[in-house]
Amino acid sequence: MSLSPYIPIVGLFALGAGFALFSVAIAPFVGPRRYNRAKLDAYECGIEPTPQPIGGGRFPVKFYLTAMLFIVFDIEIIFLYPWAVSFEALGVFGFVEMVLFIITVFVAYAYVWRRGGLDWD
Amino acid sequence: MTTADLLLVALGAVAVGAGVLVVSTRHIVRAGLWLVVNLLAVAGCYLVLAAELVAWVQVLLYVGAVVVLLLFAVMLTRAPIGASDDLDRPRWPGALIGGGAGLGLAALFVSGYRWSRVDLPSPGTATALGEQIFTAWVLPFEVVGVLLLAALIGAIVVSRPDIGSR
Repeated sequence: MSLSPYIPIVGLFALGAGFALFSVAIAPFVGPRRYNRAKLDAYECGIEPTPQPIGGGRFPVKFYLTAMLFIVFDIEIIFLYPWAVSFEALGVFGFVEMVLFIITVFVAYAYVWRRGGLDWD
Repeated sequence: MTTADLLLVALGAVAVGAGVLVVSTRHIVRAGLWLVVNLLAVAGCYLVLAAELVAWVQVLLYVGAVVVLLLFAVMLTRAPIGASDDLDRPRWPGALIGGGAGLGLAALFVSGYRWSRVDLPSPGTATALGEQIFTAWVLPFEVVGVLLLAALIGAIVVSRPDIGSR
């Protein structure tokens, strides 16, 4: 395989990295320096920074389950992609395979749902 | 040496360097971030070896999801997160096993192929892989479905013993 289709992507990466490096390198020389308290605060998506949560900064275990759900369905979607592009060649057999696979994963989803894993509180 | 050879060597060096940093840094979050560099370099190797779909799956799944899960696991169990001294384990057994396995595999490859040239197989595009998975590898594919089911059930049983069936 020739890698030539990726040359524009590499170019884009180089441009992006160049812009980032240029911005960081040039900022100390041309930027005004007016410090205030807000600028030294931690950045939390524009909202007021909150103190460390209860438990000293540990995350609730609910996030772990969310991440696992994400990974499982991420993998399922990854498999859908090669299936979709070769769907014509695979015919009914491929369709049945994918339906079986989706049912299997959906059983896991139904189990999490029934156990209350999707409730946040 | 062709361009592909050079790219492969460079990406391999990045992967090995990032791998060393993963196990040698004192900040466990930085270990996770170095793992991103390592996995991206391996994805680049796949790309050079014409395994396009595998390369992007590596980026989407390992860089995008598995590392996030690892960082979540760190945030769940360690707080506050900073440099820590308890990350070290006795190194020699692990170094011997890991290094021995790596050297053994390398020796196996060198003795198996000598310096003969092997042409790259046809590109691992999504179409080619789809036809392979859904004709020749049907059973492993369905087993993967069961594995995902087991993983999710395991996750809920391990992480949320407080919630029950309704």
